[in-house]
Order: sequence, then C-alpha cells, then structure tokens
Amino acid sequence: MGILDSKIPSGPLADKWTKHKNEINLVNPANKRNIDVIVVGTGLAGGAAAATLAELGYNVKTFCYQDSPRRAHSIAAQGGINAAKNYQGDGDSFYRLFYDTIKGGDYRSREGNVYRLAEESANIIDQCVAQGVPFAREYGGLLDNRSFGGVLVSRTFYAKGQTGQQLLLGAYAAMNRQINRGKIQSYNRHEMMDLVLVDGKARGIIARDLVSGEIQRHSAHAVVLATGGYGNVFFLSTNAMGSNVMAAWRAHKKGAFFANPCYTQIHPTCIPVSGEHQSKLTLMSESLRNDGRIWVPKRMEDAVAIREGKLKPTQLAEEDRDYYLERRYPAFGNLVPRDVASRAAKERCDAGFGVNKTGEAVYLDFAAAIERYGREKALTSGLKDPSKETVTKLGEEVIEAKYGNLFQMYEKIVDENPYKTPMMIYPAVHYTMGGVWVDYNLQTTIPGCYCAGEANFSDHGANRLGASALMQGLADGYFVLPYTIGDYLADDIRTGAIPTDSPEFEAAENEVRSRLEKLMSGTGIHSVDYYHKKLGKIMWNKCGMSRNAKELEEAIKEIAELRKDFWENVKIPGAADSKNQELEKAGRVADFLELGELFAKDALHRNESCGGHFREEYQTEEGEALRDDKNFKYVAAWEYKGEPKDAVLHKEELVYENIELKTRSYK
Amino acid sequence: MSGLIKSSIARKVVMALSGLFLVIFLILHVTINFASVISPDFFNEASHFMGYNPLVQYLMQPILIIGVIVHFVMGFALELKNKQARGISYVKYNGGAAAPWVSRNMIYSGLAILAFLGLHFYDFWVHEMTYKYIEMNPENPTRYYAETVEKFAPFWRTIIYVISFVLLSLHLWHGFASSFQSMGVNNKYTPAIKSFTKIFAVVVPLAFVFIALYHHLNPITH
Amino acid sequence: MKLTLKIWRQKDAASKGQIVDYILDGVEGDMSFLEMLDILNEELVSKGEEPVEFDHDCREGICGTCSLQINGEPHGPDRLITTCQLHMRKFKDGDTIVIEPFRAKAFPVIKDLIVDRSAFDRIQQAGGYISVNTSGNTVDANAIPIRKEDADKAMDAATCIGCGACVAACKNASAMLFTSAKVSQFALLPQGQVEAAERVENMVRQMDLEGFGNCTNTGACEIECPKGISLENIARMNREYLSASIKG
Repeated sequence: MGILDSKIPSGPLADKWTKHKNEINLVNPANKRNIDVIVVGTGLAGGAAAATLAELGYNVKTFCYQDSPRRAHSIAAQGGINAAKNYQGDGDSFYRLFYDTIKGGDYRSREGNVYRLAEESANIIDQCVAQGVPFAREYGGLLDNRSFGGVLVSRTFYAKGQTGQQLLLGAYAAMNRQINRGKIQSYNRHEMMDLVLVDGKARGIIARDLVSGEIQRHSAHAVVLATGGYGNVFFLSTNAMGSNVMAAWRAHKKGAFFANPCYTQIHPTCIPVSGEHQSKLTLMSESLRNDGRIWVPKRMEDAVAIREGKLKPTQLAEEDRDYYLERRYPAFGNLVPRDVASRAAKERCDAGFGVNKTGEAVYLDFAAAIERYGREKALTSGLKDPSKETVTKLGEEVIEAKYGNLFQMYEKIVDENPYKTPMMIYPAVHYTMGGVWVDYNLQTTIPGCYCAGEANFSDHGANRLGASALMQGLADGYFVLPYTIGDYLADDIRTGAIPTDSPEFEAAENEVRSRLEKLMSGTGIHSVDYYHKKLGKIMWNKCGMSRNAKELEEAIKEIAELRKDFWENVKIPGAADSKNQELEKAGRVADFLELGELFAKDALHRNESCGGHFREEYQTEEGEALRDDKNFKYVAAWEYKGEPKDAVLHKEELVYENIELKTRSYK
Repeated sequence: MSGLIKSSIARKVVMALSGLFLVIFLILHVTINFASVISPDFFNEASHFMGYNPLVQYLMQPILIIGVIVHFVMGFALELKNKQARGISYVKYNGGAAAPWVSRNMIYSGLAILAFLGLHFYDFWVHEMTYKYIEMNPENPTRYYAETVEKFAPFWRTIIYVISFVLLSLHLWHGFASSFQSMGVNNKYTPAIKSFTKIFAVVVPLAFVFIALYHHLNPITH
Repeated sequence: MKLTLKIWRQKDAASKGQIVDYILDGVEGDMSFLEMLDILNEELVSKGEEPVEFDHDCREGICGTCSLQINGEPHGPDRLITTCQLHMRKFKDGDTIVIEPFRAKAFPVIKDLIVDRSAFDRIQQAGGYISVNTSGNTVDANAIPIRKEDADKAMDAATCIGCGACVAACKNASAMLFTSAKVSQFALLPQGQVEAAERVENMVRQMDLEGFGNCTNTGACEIECPKGISLENIARMNREYLSASIKG
C-alpha cells in the first residue's frame, strides 16, 4: 500500500458508502459556525460544495478568477448528465452505471469511488429538479433521456445542448441563496496563488485580487480545491481561455501528490483547427453521434480531390464512403467511447484520408438521420408518398429541434450549413482524468486540503464516458465532500479562527510576491502566448493522442528547456499591482510548463496503452489499445521533489473485487 | 405595496395607464370632432354638452388634465433617470440597428405633442374658460362650429396642427401596444394588439388631419 | 484585410479614458473577433506597450464573459452570437471598427474594455433561486411532472448567459430582460411558485437599487441578446410584480 491509503471502507460494494457515512465523525451544528472553509473554484464541484457547506452551517469563502461564479467552465458542458434512474426501463441500475464507468475508464479507477458515484447520480437529478433546473421533458411531463457513447442504455438527462450551463446555474443559485444569508463570502476576480500550510495542515491560501493586484491572506480550517482540469497545457483545447492548473499545482508543490497526469481525454467531435491564429477549440456535443454518421472517403484520390476543393462530400456515392467506426466496431458503431473514436479518426487522417485543407478532419454526416426522421415524421403526419424535398424538410426540422443550437454554432464558426453538407470534425483535448490524488474522502495527501471535480484524479480511470463529468462534479460537491470533510473538521471545533499573521502566512506571501517579481523582471522579447503555443505544440505532437517513448523523452527535454527560456525571456508589460492579464496568463503558463514535464514523465513510465493513454509500442495487431494489468494496474501518484523530472512515484494498487478485468471491446 | 409606488415597474404601469386613458379620450375627441365635418348641428350639440355638463366639467375635465400632467411628468422623470443610467455615453451607438426610431424617441414626439397642447389649450380651452368664466357670456349652443372652422382659417395654424398629428401618430405607434407590455400583457393576442395599434396610430391622427384640412379648405363664407 | 480599430483605453476605474486608434493588418475572415484582438495585443506586447484588456473566457458563446460594444452594438453586427463567436468575415478590408466597453452606470469600467457586472450577481442573490436545501433529500424528480411547453419556456428563459448585452443595447441601460429571464424561469415551474412573490419583489428592488434604467419596450435587448431571450419574459415579470404587489 505504501504511503497512499485510499481509505476505501470495507464491506460489500453496495454498502460501503452508507456504512462510511454512518461511521465518520460529524460536527454539531453549533460548532460548524466556528469553522471556516475555503473553496477555490466555483464550477459544479466547487459551487455545489460551497452551497452545501454553507447550508450545513460552515463559514465559506469562495474564490474564482472569473467575474462571477456563474461563468466557471462547467457552463460549457453541452450534452448531458448521467444518472442511473432507469426511467426508460431499459435495464439501468447503479451496478450498470458503475460497470460502464469502470469499463469505460479501461479499468483504471477505484471500485468504491465509482459505485458511490453511481449511487449518488440519482440524487443529483432529484436535487437539480427541486432547484428548478429545466431538464428536457416529454409530452407527458416526465423527464426525457438520450443515450451517450460507450453504454447500451438511455440514462443521460439533458437541457437542450446547455446541460452544463443549467446545472451550473442551479449550483450558482444555491450559492446565491447562501450569499444572501451571509454564509458565503464570494471573492470573484481573485486567483489562488498558493496554499498555506500550518503544522502540516492546509490552513489557508494566498490570493491575488485580479483587479487591484493586491496580495491577500485568507485563512480557514480546511481548503477545498475545485479548480477543474489542466487541458490548457495543450494551449489549444476546448477548455476556457482562463482554465488553469495553478491551484492544483501549488498544492502539489506543497505536498499533494499528483495522480495520472498523462490521462487526457481527446474528444472526437470538435470543430477542426482553421489556422495559426486559432486560440481555442470548440466542441460539438457527443450527443451528435446519436444521429450523425462518421466517415471519410474510401479512396485516396477522392480524399485528395475533396481537400483540393474539386469534389464535394455530397457528391460521393454511398459505396465510396468509409464509415470506419461502423466498420470497425459494429456493436457500438458511432457510439464507441471517446478515446476509441478519437484514435480511429486520427488513424484515418494519418493514413491520408482527412477531408479539410489541413488533412485533419473527418465528416459527421446527418443526411441519413434527416431522411430517417423525415420519413417518420411524414408517416405520423399522415403524408403518403411524400416528395424527397418534403422528407428532407421535415427531417431537418426534427434535427433542428434536437441540435439546433449546435448546428447554428457550427455554421457561425465554419460558415457552412451543416444541414446541407456534412460537418467536419476532429479530436481535441477536452478533459483531464488525471489530477490531484485524493482518498475516498476526497482529501489530498495534505491534511485539510480537499480536491473535488475534474481537479482530482477522480473516478474516471483512464478515460471518461460522456455525460459523466457533470455527474462527478455535482456528486462530489453536493453529496460527498460536505460530509466527508466533517470527519476531518470534527477535530477542529476548538481550534478557533486561524490567524493570518503567522510566520507560515508571511513566508507564503513573500514567496508569491517574489515569484510575481521574477515574472515581471523578464527582459526578453517573447510574449506569454508565444511560450504557451510552443508548449502546446510539444504536448500535442509528442504527448497527444498517441505517444511513444522516444518522443516522450524528447518532450521532457524540450519542455525543461522551454521553461528555462520562459523564466529568462518572458515579457510582461504593465505592473504587478494593477489589473494585468498578461501577468495572470504568465503565472498560469509557468505552472503548465512544469506540469507538462510531469505529464510526459508519467506517460513515459506507463508502458501500456489504456483509455486516453495510447502508447504506440503497446497495441494489438488491429491497432487497439493493449493494457498491461499485471504491471500497471495502479494509480501513479507523483510526489513533488524540486524539478518535475525528480518527482517520485507512489503506486496505489487498484483492487477489483466486483468486476472481472477484461479487454475492453466495443466490436 | 410600497414598492408599487417607488419601483421602476410601477412607474411604467403609471405611464401605461395614463397613456391608455389618454387614448380613450382621443377616441372621444376624434369622434366629436369628426361630427363637425358631417353634421355641424350635432357637433354644436355635443360640444355644448361637453362644455356645460357639470359631470364633464367638474369631474372629467380635471381628471383629464391630471392624466395629461401625470403622463408627461412621469415621462420626464423616467427619461431623466434613464439618461443617468447610461453614465458615460457611447462614442458610437447604433440604436437603430435593434429598435425602431419611434420607440427610442418617445420623449421627442411627446415633447412636440406637449408643445402642441400648449397651442391647443390656448386656442380652445383658454378661449372657453375666458368665454364662460371671465367674460361671463351667456350660453350659446350654436357657436362652436363657426368658432372651430374659423380657427383653421390661417394656414400656419393648420400646418402646425397637421405636423403635430403626425407626431401624435408616431407616439401612438409605439406607445399604445407598449402600454400593454408594461402592464404584463404579452400573449397570443399580442400580434393582434400590435396590428390594431398600427391601424389606430394611423387612422386617428389621419382623421384629425382630415378635419383640420377640411375646415381650412372649406371656410364659412359669410 | 487591413482595419482601423478605434478602441477605448482606460487605465483603471478612477482614470479618464479615451479612444485610441490602431491600424491592424493581416486579419483573416476565419478569425474570431477576439482572435483579431489577440493579434493586436501580440503586436502591442512586442512593442512593449500594454495590451488592450478585454473580458473573455470560454470563447464558445456560453460563459457570458465577453462583452464589447462593436460599432455601436453589443457583440457586434451579427445576431444571436456573443463577441467571441463573431467572425471577421463580417467585416471587409479598410473598415473602421469602434470598440467600446458596455456602458451603464451600474457597469463601471475596470480597465480598458472590462466592466464590472457584479450588479447582476447581486440581483440574483436577492432572490434568483429556489430555497431548497442541497441535501439530496428531495422528492423523486418525476414526482413533479411539468408540462413540456412550460418546461421548454422555462428553459428558453434560463439560457440567459448574463453577459449584459441587454443593458448595453438598451437606450435606458435597463436590466429588465436579464432580471425577467430569471424571474420567468422560476415563475414557469411549479417548484418556483412557492416564493414567486417575494422573489420578483426582491429582485426588482435590487435591480432598481443598482441604478439601471427603466424599460421603455423598445425591444433592442431582445434583438441584441445573444441567446434570443424574449420580451415575453419582461411582460411576465411585470405581471408577476403587479400581482405580488397587489396581493402583498
């Protein structure tokens, strides 16, 4: 077990969480008033946790870099949220959701955590409906579901293509209620610069007011990090521009182990890169794969002609198209998990069948769905022998009702009408399964420092299934962390307020100040973005959808060099004691430049392919991922020891008592 | 309930209600005036009734005056607050891209109508008051038609009246339907209300214009 | 294409700002408006000048962070999009583009094009929620059937991203569309009925306190709203408010 104790409760899988909740310490309501908790990040996990903690009676301070908690990037999640409600009566259950998640994660997540997640999933839907989240409904007034990749049931609840937005606004509303009650103080446009440890326990943070540049000390009895993932280490990703790893990385440097950094999810359906100026990538919800068929031309000459603009995709006959997902994975077809779909797209494009100018795009085609829905609609409307135009028109209406906002978004960006010509899509970095290591209580290796949502290494193993991120964020925030944190805080009822004038706070503040000074004193000529883009290129080319030992070794070296260059030559105009977006970016990129190296190191050490981590050396003859359960069935948790290359590996062995490890197959 | 007096929504409702009240008055006004074109006798009768019926004189007339005052005082107050709400003004503001001119310039059409009301009061109301209460002239139920027609003899007055009616049209074009929105009515009848507004905003001022021009072009030959 | 940019520069809240002209070359149609500004900033940084600060985050039209009054319109000339979704193909070579912050007394400028929209947060805090504990001990989600039509309308209202374009577009800098969207969402759902009266009164009171202007039903907000939030919501709020006041 080493020094990592996952604290998974004993007993049968289905009873673990209930038993744990019964056995952990609680803080009595009168004492909660004397306890302060800091929550960094106000997305689904942070917002939900802050609301619940405040409601329980703790004094909560929230921090977010955005101008309002409502803008956290959870808001961008489109497709939906999974819950084992079995409203559709299609055989769903806690166990099935648990099983799908473990399998989808390629057997690299904890059974206990995932089962708890499945159990709480149903609660989430009840809770959100009570809060007024307007989920989609059927005509009977009951909730509607759709299906998502990697599963065989319909368990995804949704609110148009804006599920994340609606759930986040629900959590934000719950926060607002507590702000109105004075139980939450919300610090917006504030960034956590460092974690403060007193006697080995997390006791506060150093924050920077992004408007005034003021450095502030905030103390608490516990600190919750819910700051999202680190996909922006790739520069181009579907994350928000401001999404960063700073809080998690600061905690890592103060002693929190960082787990599985190389597990990155590359989402298969994003709008392809259009040029050098590109600043971010836009996701097209996975729900589109319910109705869209993915293909590239069968013949190389057609692909070339399309790239050169001499041939239109609609001109290509059915038999000249290669629906490669349906061909390779007949059972799941276009609904294979994300990692599988992404790699398959890359494989086709690498083989020369890409369909846009850069050769890095495949088609997502709705023509078949439009026709199918059109015929259905014509039939139910009593139209006999409808013309082709009528069928198309009716079909387009159905598609518009389902995905209208996504189609509109696509058209605005690409300037092509996706009803008339197939969409072009390509994989892009979307989510990071890795993150700060936490035990069953969501506590990191620093006592009193908790981590929730995407920021922790979490429940998704090596690959996350669609519509599960929202589920995990809210489960952590509403239903797990507020209770498990009580177990720790029960010891703090007599501690009293934590003073901020201690030497520890002094030292942490000074460290932050000198770091800012160092950033500002760069004498070079390159902007922060210059370095970020360079880092992104290294990451995408050498640590991206497929990796090999040679390139990973190169990446480690190149990132270290780039980091050195950055600290010497970065150029930041303006001053540190005022609003300064370049300085904000610089602090974040500085951390990415360290994380990137650890990322590559982790990918290099994991000599197997699993989920989002695909090592070219480890694949079957058909090009499928080849897992090595004998040697790598563990969580890789890295301990900070100075430079990222010196990080020390700690292994948490994964124990499977309820699930038999199998080769993941979606054929 | 106290919020009802101070809140922005309540003030808008006051604007809407006083506006609608004035619309109703306008209907009455245009109806009686139109009689002057069709039947001078009926016009005289109606005018006399309005001028000497105590209910009209001592109840309706003050209410009308209060209605007008409330409508324009509140309009000014809101306009002032609205101007302040912007703070620093835009260097470039393309308001026309999203909202029609009439809706954005109610204050100007309103001000013009107010100025016109000054003239109109001078022409008729002041005249009436002087006739009845200062000069203490006896009742003369047949004088109204001739007095009215005479007013439209000068070309300048007729033109001012016509221009004012055009501005009234613009004011009604936005204001009438808008008052329903302010009072919370926006439903399946809204398109109908909007269509009716447009017809009303054209027909009523047009009738006034017609009356003015008619009398200008058909003076009483003694 | 080559553009002339007239951009509002202001050091901080206390300083006086002014329009500064920039010439930017090499702009392509496929760039988003913000990517165009990225390029300008890259140039400014390389010259050692302070870049133009503007709010932005998700760059896919959902977080509501980006703002900008572009040629006199919030989020620029295109409809149903945010500034981050505006593409330069909407402009042509030689164009002059005036870029200003959203203007309202309730949205003070923080720096350059960044404004403080916390007034919106305070309106929400005044009552934009349903007072239900987040304990998970609620009734089963399907125990509250909701008419699809109402659920859909509530959803339409709930899609508001809180960007402030309605305020920026309104000649009166009124926040009625924003406030009414939240009031409507809850007014349309059975869960929201219980505290509907207090909610609308508290939210409207806060809205007035923040110094926003009055609604004069010009409809500019609806047209400029990137999410197409309907004026019906304002009427609904007026209704809710009147009935709450009269009953109260």
